[in-house]
Amino acid sequence: MSKVLAFAELRDNKFKKSSFETVKAACGIADRLGVEFAALVIGSGIESVAKELGNYGAARVVAVDEASLATHSNTAYAKIIAEIAKKEGASLVFLPASQMGKDLAPRVGVKVGAGVASDCIALDVVDGNVVGTRPVYAGKGLIDVRVTTAIKVFTLRPNVFTAKPESGTATVEKVSVPLTDTDFGCVVREVKVAEGRPDVTEADIVVSGGRGLKGPEHFHLIEELADVLGGGVGASRAVVDAGWRPHDEQVGQTGKTVSPSMYVACGISGAVQHLAGMSSSKYIVAINKDKDAPIFQVADYGIAGDVFEVLPELTAQLKKTLGK
Amino acid sequence: MKVAVCINHVPDTETKIKVSSDGVSIDKAGVNFMLSPYDEVAIEEGLKIKEKFKGEVTALSLGGDSHKETLRKALAMGVDKAVLLKDEGVRDSFGVAAGLAAELKSLSPDIILFGKQSIDYDGAQVGTLVAEMLGMPSAAVVVKMDVEDGKVFCEREIEGGHEVVETKLPAAFLAQKGLNEPRYPSLKGIMAAKNKPIEEKPAVAAEIRVETTAMKKPVPKSAGKILGTDKSVVPELIRLLHEEAKVI
Repeated sequence: MSKVLAFAELRDNKFKKSSFETVKAACGIADRLGVEFAALVIGSGIESVAKELGNYGAARVVAVDEASLATHSNTAYAKIIAEIAKKEGASLVFLPASQMGKDLAPRVGVKVGAGVASDCIALDVVDGNVVGTRPVYAGKGLIDVRVTTAIKVFTLRPNVFTAKPESGTATVEKVSVPLTDTDFGCVVREVKVAEGRPDVTEADIVVSGGRGLKGPEHFHLIEELADVLGGGVGASRAVVDAGWRPHDEQVGQTGKTVSPSMYVACGISGAVQHLAGMSSSKYIVAINKDKDAPIFQVADYGIAGDVFEVLPELTAQLKKTLGK
Repeated sequence: MKVAVCINHVPDTETKIKVSSDGVSIDKAGVNFMLSPYDEVAIEEGLKIKEKFKGEVTALSLGGDSHKETLRKALAMGVDKAVLLKDEGVRDSFGVAAGLAAELKSLSPDIILFGKQSIDYDGAQVGTLVAEMLGMPSAAVVVKMDVEDGKVFCEREIEGGHEVVETKLPAAFLAQKGLNEPRYPSLKGIMAAKNKPIEEKPAVAAEIRVETTAMKKPVPKSAGKILGTDKSVVPELIRLLHEEAKVI
């Protein structure tokens, strides 16, 4: 019996939003194919949290719950996913295209003899086959892909698939997978959590700054707006290359590709490689002095004015409106 | 220390994509190709490891003759050897990884470096596939690497933070920007690279596991409205975000 299996990632025994999105999308595919579905969670002390997946369509959750799995190990996790996929007779395996999922999927693919379609932003069923759509060239192009192996692995881009909870119950089934020391070839020793703002790939709102900010000392204007909106802070390649901002904030082809509900581009002209990384945002706001800047070609709402005048005003008024 | 760096030759970041007449790939006419930016970081890390521990750095690339240009750049930066695994055909990530893994198996390096992804297909798979095929541990999206006594401690980027990861060697590492500042090839390096040989051999055959059935351009976002030129339109912007876009 073919089945659909979805891996749901936990961090600190809490599900990532992208895990809910993946479980829900994979459930939808199982429904369309008329096959069974199971979600898989891995960790230590996870039985109760696993039940939460019932609210995202999973009636059955397989939990591999071992003390040794409290800290993440890509080699051990990949082995578990592959073993469970084989045991369950899964022909479709879904993972979030998070940093953890992207690290696991290729290993799972080799172990189960599957092709992996990474970072899909849409899924369809055509003649009983799942077709994934994924961005290439950082979103300048889109390709439709079909996995030709018997078992197929897909990773789904975070923040694209919807995951509205609906009340449901899941049966959690504890399963153990024998592991030896050699399965822990790579082990996480410490997690350093950045303080405060959400990562740009996960944030619902991203506020980005470019060269128009004139210097690193003015980025507090970006941070203040991001904080009022509860958003993440992004940056253009120019300002990262200039050393004004850290690499992990860079949005664009050699940085991160983001698709938040709202992207606010401040003092960013909109180079091809930047537009590639943020054009799939649902709403784009641009503030730039030059009314002919390419950023306005993709912006829903633009203000062709001085960021130093407009940004503080926008932050101040939003503070009032949002009661912060 | 024996180090291998796997690199790719990709369209530069300013390229505007046109779909070719085959409907599944890009039109390469007029496109400038370059060393994939994350692979440049990987090369730099390989050179730094060699500077510290001695040994040898070999750059490998799988693809057509055009990849020699990128291998030449690696030689100019300072790698000792360059190997082109030749295949002019179409491969998916699995096929590229299988070709590289076959060669790496006989090379048996202590450390294999990759860029975290090639900036063409953005699959972010090849490095980890190779590691799994060779039965090695790996760390992806690495921003810091410390090699000591047959072990590596590295930091990798995750959403909203970093993971400190420990692995034994041999292992593979996928470099992220910020790991180092890649050097510019010196004029001397560029001249020397012209005379260094590039070893060529056919890449081992591999099945296609992920097939591209269509390529298209995303529906272009239509330009919206410019509300005004100064702060007087801020209330209107907030109203639109609240009532029309409903994002706040």
